[in-house]
Amino acid sequence: MNTVAIESKYEVVLGLEVHVQLNTASKLFSTAANQFGSEPNQNTAVVCHALPGALPVLNAQAVESAIRVGLGLGCEIARYTKFDRKQYFYPDLPKAYQISQFDFPICGVGEITLSNGRKVRILRAHLEEDAGKLVHVGAAGLDGSTHSLVDFNRAGSPLVEIVSEPDMRSKEEAKEYMMMIRNIVRYLGVCDGNLEEGSMRCDANVSVRPWGQAEYGTKAEIKNMNSFRSIERAIESEVKRQIAIVESGGKVIQESRLWNEAKGETVSMRSKEEAHDYRYFPDPDIAPVHIEESWIEAIRATQPELPHEREARLVKDFGLSEYDASVLTEFKELGDYFLSATAFSREYKILSNYLQGDITGILKNEKKAIDETALTPEALAELANLTAQKDVSSAIAKKLLPVMLEKGGLPSALIESLGLKQLDNVDELKVIIAGIVAQNPDNVAAYKSGKDKLFGFFVGQTMKATQGRANPETVNTLVKEALDA
Amino acid sequence: MSTALPTALELAAAIATGSQTASAVLDEHFARIEAHDGVIQAFLSLNKDQAYATAQGVDDLVKAGNASTLPLLAGVPIAIKDNLNVTGTKTTCASKMLESYVSPYDATVISKIKAHQMPIVGKTNLDEFAMGSSCEKSAYHPTYNPWDTACVPGGSSGGSAACVSAGMVTLSLGSDTGGSVRQPASLCGIVGLKPTYGLVSRYGLVAFASSLDQVSPFARTVEDTAAILQVIAGKDAHDMTSSAPSVLPDYVASAQVGSLATQLAGKRLRVGIVDGFEGEGIQAGTQKAVTEAIARFEGLGADIKRISLTGFKEAIAAYYIIATAEASSNLARFDGVRYGLSERDGVENVYDMFAKTRAKGFGAEVKRRILLGSFALSAGYYDAYYGKAQLARKVLAQSFNQAWQDVDVLICPTSPSVAFKLGEKNDDPISMYLSDVATIPANLVGIPALSLPCGFDEATGLPIGLQLMVPAWEEEKLLAIAYAFQEAVGLKNLVPPAFQALKVTV
Repeated sequence: MNTVAIESKYEVVLGLEVHVQLNTASKLFSTAANQFGSEPNQNTAVVCHALPGALPVLNAQAVESAIRVGLGLGCEIARYTKFDRKQYFYPDLPKAYQISQFDFPICGVGEITLSNGRKVRILRAHLEEDAGKLVHVGAAGLDGSTHSLVDFNRAGSPLVEIVSEPDMRSKEEAKEYMMMIRNIVRYLGVCDGNLEEGSMRCDANVSVRPWGQAEYGTKAEIKNMNSFRSIERAIESEVKRQIAIVESGGKVIQESRLWNEAKGETVSMRSKEEAHDYRYFPDPDIAPVHIEESWIEAIRATQPELPHEREARLVKDFGLSEYDASVLTEFKELGDYFLSATAFSREYKILSNYLQGDITGILKNEKKAIDETALTPEALAELANLTAQKDVSSAIAKKLLPVMLEKGGLPSALIESLGLKQLDNVDELKVIIAGIVAQNPDNVAAYKSGKDKLFGFFVGQTMKATQGRANPETVNTLVKEALDA
Repeated sequence: MSTALPTALELAAAIATGSQTASAVLDEHFARIEAHDGVIQAFLSLNKDQAYATAQGVDDLVKAGNASTLPLLAGVPIAIKDNLNVTGTKTTCASKMLESYVSPYDATVISKIKAHQMPIVGKTNLDEFAMGSSCEKSAYHPTYNPWDTACVPGGSSGGSAACVSAGMVTLSLGSDTGGSVRQPASLCGIVGLKPTYGLVSRYGLVAFASSLDQVSPFARTVEDTAAILQVIAGKDAHDMTSSAPSVLPDYVASAQVGSLATQLAGKRLRVGIVDGFEGEGIQAGTQKAVTEAIARFEGLGADIKRISLTGFKEAIAAYYIIATAEASSNLARFDGVRYGLSERDGVENVYDMFAKTRAKGFGAEVKRRILLGSFALSAGYYDAYYGKAQLARKVLAQSFNQAWQDVDVLICPTSPSVAFKLGEKNDDPISMYLSDVATIPANLVGIPALSLPCGFDEATGLPIGLQLMVPAWEEEKLLAIAYAFQEAVGLKNLVPPAFQALKVTV
C-alpha cells in the first residue's frame, strides 16, 4: 500500500488549547504595564518579581475581557470562580507557581461551528498568568549558551486558555477553528490575535485511530506552533509519525512534543518535562470571585459585533456577495473602513472592490495595515462616489489611491492639484485620436480587414497619450467613430 | 505591680505637649537598646538614621506650633519583626536565604506607621520565616526572655516581644500565624493581639501561611494595644484578603474605664471557659492563674460557662497541614534567580542551582515544613490531608459560631506552660508544635484573640498569659473586656526588675 492509502486507514483526532493574551492596560495581578517591546524588566512591579511580601490583586478588566471571550464562544459564564496555584520550578516563573484556575474556571462549556458544519465543543476557558521569557546568551537556544537572562515583562500578563474537546478531524479544521477564535477575540477587541508575536498561541492534542474505533488513540501534545502554517505542518507531521508507529506495531507515548519549524518535525520534550505533579491548591491570596448576573448582562449588552454577525450584516444590509462579505469580515480593519465609508457613500460594491483590490495591493507592497495609512473613510467614500458618477476611471483611481494612502486628502482636491481631472472634451480627444490614427496606418488597415482586437490598441494609445485621464467611455465612442469613418 | 516606664500613649502625650521631644525619647530608647540588647538580642538590625529623621520631623512640627496636627502615636518608637518590608532596610526573615536582602518597598502597615510619624528603631528577631515557637530557629542567634535569660521569649515573634518586655520600646509589630504573637506575649508578660483576619493588610508581610497570617501588635498595656491597632488596621487595595470596614471603630475609646459597660449595653458579660485546659499538659501554675482569672471575671459581674468546642484540640493537626502546605508554596519563590542567596558556582544546571540554593539557604525547621506541606499537596494525598484539614477548619468555625450564641468571650491559657528553657524542646518538634494548641484555633477561624498577663508562676516567677477570643470584627468588645480584666488584675506595663533601672523621662 502506498502512504496515502495507509494514512487513509486512520482517523485524525484533534483538540486545541488556545492561549489568548488579553490586551488589558495592566497585568492580571499587578499594576505593571501589560505592554511589549519595552526594555527587559521595565514593565515590572514587586508582584512580577515575586518579591517577598508581594501580593496579587486581580485585575477586574481582565475578568471582564475573559467574560467577553466566554460570551463570544457561547460559553456558560461561572457565577463562582476561583484561582489556584500550579506549582513548578522554572527560572521564568518568579513565584515558582503560576496562578491559574483548576476546578472552577471562569467560562464553562461552549461551542463553535466550522464552515463544514462540524461543531467543536469547548470544554472550558480559564484565566491564568503568563510566565516571563528566557534569553539564552551565546547560542540560539539553551544548548551551547553560556548563561541565560530572564525578562519578566511578560510575567503576569493575562491569558485566557480556551480548551476544546477532541472534536476536530483534520489539520484544516484545526486551522479554521484557530482562525475563528482569532477573529472572535479581535472583534471583541481583547487581543490583537497575532500568532507570530505570541499574543495567541496554541497547543494541539493529536491522536490517530483506525476508522470505526470508538476509543481515542494515545495523544501527544504539540507545542511551539507560531503561525497558521506551522499549525498545519506540525499536525501533518505528527499524524504521519503516529501512523508510522502504529503501523509498525508500536505504541504512541503520551507526551509533550515540540514543533521544530526548521526541521519540519516534532521532537519529544520528555527529558525536560518529567511527569509533573503540579500540586494545585486554591490560592489563599485571592478571594474567590462571585460574578453577578447583572455584570454578565452589562457585558453582554456592550458586546461588540462578532465576525459571523458582521458577515451576515454585510450581505443583508449592503448587498455584498457572500465572498466579499467573508473577505471584509476576515480582514477586520478593511471591514471597519468599509463600514465607516458607508456613512458617506452608498456605492457599496465599489467601496468593497477598492478595499479588496487596489488598496489591498498597495498595503501588501508597503507592508502596512490600513489604519497605518493616511486614508480616511470619507476620502474612500468620495472616490467611490466619483467612480460611480464616472468622474474617476479605474486608471485615475490607480493614480489617486497611492497618494490618498500616503499623504491623505480628498480625491476631489487631489484631482485638481495633481492635474488628474478626467479629459472628457470631445473636440480635444478627437484631435488626439485623429493623430494616433494617422500615425498607425498599418493597424488601421488591419483593423478594417477584420482584426477587431486592434480596437484595444487605439484605446490604449489614447489613454497613454492622455496619461490615463481620458474618460474611457468617451474614448471608446470616439475611437470607434474614427476607425469606422 | 507596675513600673515607672511610660506607656506609648504617655510618650505620645509628652511629645505632643512639648514636655519631651521625640528625639530625646528616641535617645532614651536607643540607650536602653544599647544597655540591654547585648543580653536579650531582640534585634537583627537597627535603623537609627531613618528613626531620627522621623523623630526630627515630629519635633519640627511641635516647634512650629503644629502639635495639634500630630497623628496618633507620633514620635513613639516602634520595633518591627524582620519579616515586614521597610524600604531600604534588610528584611532577612532571620534566614540565611535573605541575609543581604534589602527591601525596595514598604509593607502597608509600615506605610501607615510612617504616616503616623512613628520612628522605626529596628528589625527584630524571629524563628526563621516565622516558623517556630521559641525564637531559637533564627538562623542568626536566639533571643532571650527578659524575665529569665535562660528561657526562650516564645515565638516566632520573640524579638518583638522581648524588646517590648525589656522596655527597649513600648510597641512592636509581629505576625501571628498560629500564635506567633500571643504565645511570646504570654511568655514575656505583655499584651499581644491577633486581629480578625483581614483587618490588617498583609501586603509586605513575607508570607508564611497566607490564609492564617496576620500582622499583630505587642504592647505593655491594653490601651497601647488599642492605639497601635488604630494605626495599622484598615482595608488595603494591595491585599485582596483584607476586608476591614471602611470606617474603623475607635479602638482607643474601647480601652477605657466604662467601655465594657458601653459594649455590653447594660447586659451581663458572658465568659466561656474553653474546656480541656486542665490536667495533663497544663502546668499547675498556669492552671492556677486561669482559675484566679475566672474569679476576677466573676468579680466583674460576669456569668461563667464552660464551653466544649468540637475540634479545638484537633485544630493543631489541621493547622500543621494547612500552614505547611501554604508555606511550601509561598517559600518556593526563594530559588536563587532574582534576589537573596544564589548558589551559582559549580552548579550543573538551573535545577541544581535551585536545589543547592535552597539546601544552603533554609534551616532544618523550614525544610521540615516545606517537605510536610509539599507532601500534603501531592497528587493522591491532597484529599486525605489538605482537603480534610479544610473540612476540620469548617467544623471548628461552626463550633465557634455555636459558642457565640452563649458567650461574649472565650478564655483559656495562651500557652500550656510558662517560658521554657532554651534547647528544652529543640529535639522534639511535636512538643514544640503542641505549645500552640490554644492559639491555633483563632487563626484557623480568623477571629481576633488577645493575650494579656494574668499572673505569675510561683515555681519560676515567670509571667502567665490569658487568652481572650471574641467573634470576628469584635475588636472593640475584645479590647473593652481586656481593659476591664487588666484593671481588675492590676497587671499592666510590666517590665522585669532587671530592666527597670534605666529611666525614660516624660
